[in-house]
Amino acid sequence: MADQSLFLAVILFAIGTVGVLVRRNAIILFMCIELMLNAVNLAFVAFSRSVGIEGQVFVFFVMTVAAAEAAVGLAIIISIFRHLESVDVKDFNLLRG
Amino acid sequence: MTTLLWYIFAALAIGGGVGMVMGRQPVASLLSLVLTFFSLAAIYILLEAHFIAAVQIIVYAGAIMVLFLFVIMLLNLGHDYRADLRGLAWIVVGSVSAGVIGYMLSRALTTEGAIVDQGGAEMIDAALRNHNAVGAIALPMFRDYVVPFELTAVLLLVAMVGAVLLAKRRV
Repeated sequence: MADQSLFLAVILFAIGTVGVLVRRNAIILFMCIELMLNAVNLAFVAFSRSVGIEGQVFVFFVMTVAAAEAAVGLAIIISIFRHLESVDVKDFNLLRG
Repeated sequence: MTTLLWYIFAALAIGGGVGMVMGRQPVASLLSLVLTFFSLAAIYILLEAHFIAAVQIIVYAGAIMVLFLFVIMLLNLGHDYRADLRGLAWIVVGSVSAGVIGYMLSRALTTEGAIVDQGGAEMIDAALRNHNAVGAIALPMFRDYVVPFELTAVLLLVAMVGAVLLAKRRV
């Protein structure tokens, strides 16, 4: 079951990659990144079946980083929405030369 | 029985992920993602990671998803029915690159000797028996990983200050 979980993690990571590349709504891009982080967590838990409990400890740290990233990222999206009235990434061209 | 349950929840997780990428409205995508998170929590339980499963539901399905939902409601995005998919070229590029990533990861995982069984399952079972589900994680975390644990506390503080500073209106 741990081996199949690794392949499930690969599939979920690939789905998240497709989402990041295909969608234009910044909030959905963030959700896809959360899905990729979850796929990595699943891989860590699956590896903990062969390596030891450390895999589950690392999942804890990944979750902390994901929570911090979601909070800061959504704050940035709110800040951008105030200026541009949009969350579409094609409107985010402030840094374009 | 557990294998059957595993396949059911794996199918639900993949279905939730696909539903999130295909969903036309942000709220629909978000609810599909919640389905994926709950299925992953069930898979964690099947893999004997009980504490991680509980944290998954509390932190991801509880805290992070509520944060996303609040932002979607705050920005009033639900009425935007226009599909925000990129053009066909991006869809082809995305599918090809995801296929390459998936193929390479699968190759790496199926290579002979990639996963060396160091008796982790027995160690985890013994730790769950001797301490309980929380103690099995808490012992290595507070004995071997104290410094990273404290650093995550600093990280959360910085993220909290940063989020408030970025999202507040100019005073």
